[in-house]
Amino acid sequence: MTIDTIKMRRLSESLAEGEVRGRSLWADARKRFMKNKAAVAGVIMLVLVTAYAFLGDYVAAYTYDFKDFAIMGHAAETGAPSWSNGHYFGVDNDGRDMFAVTAQGTRISLMVGIVGTVIAVIVGTIYGAVSGYAGGRTDGIMMRIVDILLSIPFMFVIILLLVMFGRSISMLFAGIGLLSWLNMARIVRGQTLSLKNKEYIEAARATGVPAWKIILRHVVPNLLGIVAVYATLLVPDMILTESFISFLGLGVQAPMTSLGALISDGAKTMQYGTIWALLVPLFFFVVTMFAFYFIGDGLRDALDPKDR
Amino acid sequence: MTKPDRPLLSVDDLRVTFTLRREGDMPWTPPRLLHAVSGVDFTLNPGETLGIVGESGCGKSTLARALIQMVPGTGHAVWTDGTDLLSLSSRAMLKYRADIQMVFQDPLASLNPRMTIGQIIAEPLKTHHPGLGRDEVKKRVKDMLEKVGLLANQINRYPHEFSGGQCQRIGIARALIVGPKLLICDEPVSALDVSIQAQVINLLMDLQRDLGLAMIFIAHDLSVVKHISDRVMVLYLGKVMEVAPSRELYANPQHPYTQALLSAVPIPDPVAERAKKMIPLEGELPSPLSPPSGCVFRTRCPRAQAVCASEVPVLKGEAHAVACHFPGRLEGVERAEVVEAV
Repeated sequence: MTIDTIKMRRLSESLAEGEVRGRSLWADARKRFMKNKAAVAGVIMLVLVTAYAFLGDYVAAYTYDFKDFAIMGHAAETGAPSWSNGHYFGVDNDGRDMFAVTAQGTRISLMVGIVGTVIAVIVGTIYGAVSGYAGGRTDGIMMRIVDILLSIPFMFVIILLLVMFGRSISMLFAGIGLLSWLNMARIVRGQTLSLKNKEYIEAARATGVPAWKIILRHVVPNLLGIVAVYATLLVPDMILTESFISFLGLGVQAPMTSLGALISDGAKTMQYGTIWALLVPLFFFVVTMFAFYFIGDGLRDALDPKDR
Repeated sequence: MTKPDRPLLSVDDLRVTFTLRREGDMPWTPPRLLHAVSGVDFTLNPGETLGIVGESGCGKSTLARALIQMVPGTGHAVWTDGTDLLSLSSRAMLKYRADIQMVFQDPLASLNPRMTIGQIIAEPLKTHHPGLGRDEVKKRVKDMLEKVGLLANQINRYPHEFSGGQCQRIGIARALIVGPKLLICDEPVSALDVSIQAQVINLLMDLQRDLGLAMIFIAHDLSVVKHISDRVMVLYLGKVMEVAPSRELYANPQHPYTQALLSAVPIPDPVAERAKKMIPLEGELPSPLSPPSGCVFRTRCPRAQAVCASEVPVLKGEAHAVACHFPGRLEGVERAEVVEAV
């Protein structure tokens, strides 16, 4: 057997020089995610919806608080979507340009979803990881607090808050954020309990790494996979909650609006023939939901290939 | 080896007792006590390797973990500077954690999958020497990687990109980076296959010689322990059965439990293996929740007499100590033959 010595020497030289870049588990997961067609389609849909929500104002011929008095009153006849008068998505019964209004509503809905989720992720992850890692009595007390908060009817509290402190977008954010982290904390705590007994955590404890560093460096990165999946599935939940509250008429205040409020308005005026006032926000609502669910499914498959 | 005037670690009456509460117990019912380690004494000199053997659940790992306060233990474990490690607060213990490092059983599970091996090895260094600069840390990690026989340019790779043996080398590098005086190896090779075991064992022995480390080497593989240890301690149900210099213990086991253990070691020669006389042990390891009275081994001992049930045998002897009422060589068996093959 002959071995190409020159080639072998080159191989060994190339192995020895330069630092090899490792492929992290995140990089592997990204690769798997990119192979998932539905998930990538979800990302593309979400990017398009977000672009519309944040850049739609620059394209729109009207602003969201403009009322087209020329069309108001006979929107069913002259307010249909058209390129010629600049109302690309039509005009609703109140004379609002659906293109501008839907862009603004989608923006609010996305923001509610994302802010609620960000609060849930940060508070829930830290709370759950600390509770699970501390264990014993601390864990018991922290989890009972979560149980008590969870037993309070969520929707009732938000509605009460909005009624007491007035309808404002920040109150809505606060209400949703306050309650969204509870389930996240439970999930994270459960994961932490199983991570806690891993040998690498023991190794860190044996060498004297302080508890907060163990939580941040060893526990949290290893449960971010679960958190990411749960978070993407939480966003549509938050949007749904906000839509429901807005549908009840307690959400954001006019002239601001949200997808839920728009769908509610559209449904009320459907009988007058302005069906586009319902269909347009509904379309963006459904597309956003689907996008988030697809991404969530894709993330779950990518981050935990064993469970497929 | 000349005896230094002061042992590195002297353990006196180390006990680890877990309290167990059953589901549905009333708060006032007394908890059941599990004596994982009950009254172990030993000393360890600098540069010496103490092998600890015994079957599963006899308290080997618990004993090691108690020394570094991973599980609460009572008694004394006096470090070479005179401090009792078991009495230290967790803050005061931190200083000694750099001196006592540990290598774990499952190589892959002991490395955080989300961190590069460079970060993993640097962690103890950053914990104990927070003032070190980034470049200095990197340099030391690279030196350490080369010392354990890995390429220094692999520093940015992740644990899952390495084999079991390489992962164990990373685990050893992590333990040695802070320059410990005592290395506790908790079954470091039992998860590896035989050829890799030999590599890792030889690496450990080389490093020990170069760095003057003392080691506590826990294993259930007697041939591995014989190869690496200066002295061997046999544990049964949390108690020391026999301690002796490695060669002496294998050549001349005095305790019936040690003899049974040694007879169970397979010999890689079918003829000798068939001719060998096995000393079968009857029954199961008794529950540490209710250990037998007197000698804990009496329920399975071929030599048990009435006195074994009533009196606890004390560990007697200097270099070769045995805790048995009827110690002695095994009659009528060609011990030499068995031992040669181990």
